[in-house]
Amino acid sequence: MEPILAVFVGALFTVAIYLMMSRHTIRILMGVMIFGNAVNLLIFTAGRLTRDVPPIIPAALDVPEIATANPLPQALILTAIVISFSFFAFLLVLGFRAYQELDTDDSREMRLAEPKDDPLPPLGY
Amino acid sequence: MAAPSGAAVDISQAMVVAEAPLADWLVIAPVAYCLMAGAGLMMLRKYVKLQPRLAVFGLLALVAMTAGLLVHVLSGGTVTVTMGRWLPPFGISFSVDILGAILAFTASLVALACGLYAAQDVDKTGRRYGFYPLLFLMMAGVIGAFVTGDIFNLYVWFEVLLIASFGLQILGSERQQLDGATKYALLNLVATTIFLIATGFLYGIFGTLNMADIALQAREMGATAPLYTLAALYLLAFGMKAAAFPVAFWLPASYHTPKVVVSALFAGLLTKVGIYALLRTMIMLFPEQRDELATLIAIVAVVTMILGTLGALAQTDYRRLLGYLVVSGIGVMLAGIALATPLGLSGSIFYALHSIIVMTALYMAAGMAARIGRSFSIAQLGGIYRSHVLFAAISLVLFLSVSGLPPFSGFWPKAVLVKASLDAGIWWLAASILVTGFLTTIAVGRVWAHAYWKPADTTPPESPMMIPTATLRPSATYLPLIGLVALTAVFGLYPEPLLVLTERSAEQLLDPGSYIQSVFPEAAQ
Amino acid sequence: MQTLIFRTVAPFLSALMVVFSIFVLLRGHNEPGGGFIGGLIAASALAIYGIACGVTPVRRAIYFHPMNIASFGVMLGGAAGMISIFFGVPFMTGLWVYPNILGVEVALSTVLFFDIGVYFAVVGTITSVALALEERDEI
Repeated sequence: MEPILAVFVGALFTVAIYLMMSRHTIRILMGVMIFGNAVNLLIFTAGRLTRDVPPIIPAALDVPEIATANPLPQALILTAIVISFSFFAFLLVLGFRAYQELDTDDSREMRLAEPKDDPLPPLGY
Repeated sequence: MAAPSGAAVDISQAMVVAEAPLADWLVIAPVAYCLMAGAGLMMLRKYVKLQPRLAVFGLLALVAMTAGLLVHVLSGGTVTVTMGRWLPPFGISFSVDILGAILAFTASLVALACGLYAAQDVDKTGRRYGFYPLLFLMMAGVIGAFVTGDIFNLYVWFEVLLIASFGLQILGSERQQLDGATKYALLNLVATTIFLIATGFLYGIFGTLNMADIALQAREMGATAPLYTLAALYLLAFGMKAAAFPVAFWLPASYHTPKVVVSALFAGLLTKVGIYALLRTMIMLFPEQRDELATLIAIVAVVTMILGTLGALAQTDYRRLLGYLVVSGIGVMLAGIALATPLGLSGSIFYALHSIIVMTALYMAAGMAARIGRSFSIAQLGGIYRSHVLFAAISLVLFLSVSGLPPFSGFWPKAVLVKASLDAGIWWLAASILVTGFLTTIAVGRVWAHAYWKPADTTPPESPMMIPTATLRPSATYLPLIGLVALTAVFGLYPEPLLVLTERSAEQLLDPGSYIQSVFPEAAQ
Repeated sequence: MQTLIFRTVAPFLSALMVVFSIFVLLRGHNEPGGGFIGGLIAASALAIYGIACGVTPVRRAIYFHPMNIASFGVMLGGAAGMISIFFGVPFMTGLWVYPNILGVEVALSTVLFFDIGVYFAVVGTITSVALALEERDEI
């Protein structure tokens, strides 16, 4: 199972990096989102896969009866999902606002902070 | 588990049974306090007049806490507290050594200065929008990153400070800010995601996230290929956070867009968190892998510092010039990481502390110069020396300090780093540190000559810039600046105590025995 | 979204979801559930109410500003972790009491209060984002 997922993670990374190399903010955003999901799957795979055994201890026992799935990567992924979700929400709103205000989603034309016709610094005294 | 109240289970296998001394709460206190103070201020954000006062007192309390933590660590060695009593490495540990404590203390000092400065710089809309809550949230992230002993937790604190910094970055929602924030947010998000990739691999290899545990296991595993991958990934991720050369361009693109006080905070704190994380991972966790990468780090350091100053030389805008100087300072800090000798690391840590204080103060000075001259362009500014002598003198001290000229705090770390690189026989590293100092002197010398020394230009500026119209109230705005300048002057004239501290923290990084022992008391015996 | 069926059903649906979210929150200690997922359910309940009846009724219904609710959650969570300072155990150690209320032994713990804090934090932040986006739609 792990090799298949590893290949899948690689495919997701490829897609994400391809999208992030675009000039348009919305594509970069999609790339970032896929990038985040690829990482989540990577952590999931790195924690080793155990199927059908949820890490829940029966009420009468103090330790699980059999080897269960590793809960830690799932906790890590949950944290990472929450964070990337909130970031994506923020970035989406930011990208939309930037598009409204700057009239472009082409990152090459976003030159307001670093204007193209910036004057030379004073050369003499 | 809601176990029946009578059940007797031997918990010493899974939990810390020793009682936690009250002093150890100093490790948790700054972070928990920042989060709760931020939340409290958020609830009170309608009271815009009350906000600055509450925040300044709150930040004073924060400074007291981090000072207490520093004293505690200096007297008792590395302190570890594990959340919820779970035995490390199962619980999340907070481990503070001298490096973390001294950085946390300096960071809270700078936050206090910014809180004071913001009372003048951030208007009512900004306060209602939540400047002070976001400031506290960011401090929780920054201090959390400095004190945590768990690498995934480090990632979480990075994200906390990042989300707070996004909020601060777009405070005011001007068009320029949206442009800068888009680049800042996207590139930083990519950097933290790379950090997360590395952490995912790390968990797959080690099966643990506790830094002390990783340090122990990495030494047993020795030079194996997966660890080189990890070290390289961490170098890339934290290099991007710290703004090292090939991945530095988000910084000059965005640091001049937010409000001056926000730029000052960012320039002081955010990149240094990246440097701190590099020190932790490269020096403490993967020393053997770092040795292999040392030449690469040295080259990155040289290119970063030289290109940073060349960028600064090409700027007309005061704040953009400072952004490039931040980058060049990162190069100087990387030089120590490339050397990894006690002397070199001590120089890097000293330079980081110096840079936290001086870069913050410089951005504040830029903001004040712009209020006086109604422009950020050094071509349009002028005559500040004649109209505001005291402010000009303060700025001159900062210029000398950032160039690394005696008798200010920038001189010592550079001298130490030059000596360390000559000791290691890397003459080109020493030479580039000196050249950087020279080029920085030219860059800030030009700011001095144009903005301060030359007579004021009487023609009105072409484009009125968005500068708060508040008049300069000397007492309130000068106070934080004078405080920071006094620090750089004191540590320039009397660097001995700080040098001793940085040397001790460098030794602790190179030999993490005490760090590991503080997390696993029985493992070291 | 001004369909009659949806507008009629939405208040009941939202009320039911909020009750369910509290159930999930309280169930969360020993079985799947908890503050985070409960908070998400409650936030989506408020979002549905907002889509059906507009943002103003939602704001009136929750009375407090969403960000204040979130801040209250953070405060509660922090305070729940801080209680352990009085018992000489590290931050966020779970502490339990078993009071007998109406003849039933009720297990109360700091963990529960932390979870309630998480619930409020999630409800507050997600609701404030959702309401902000819905307000944008209406304009």
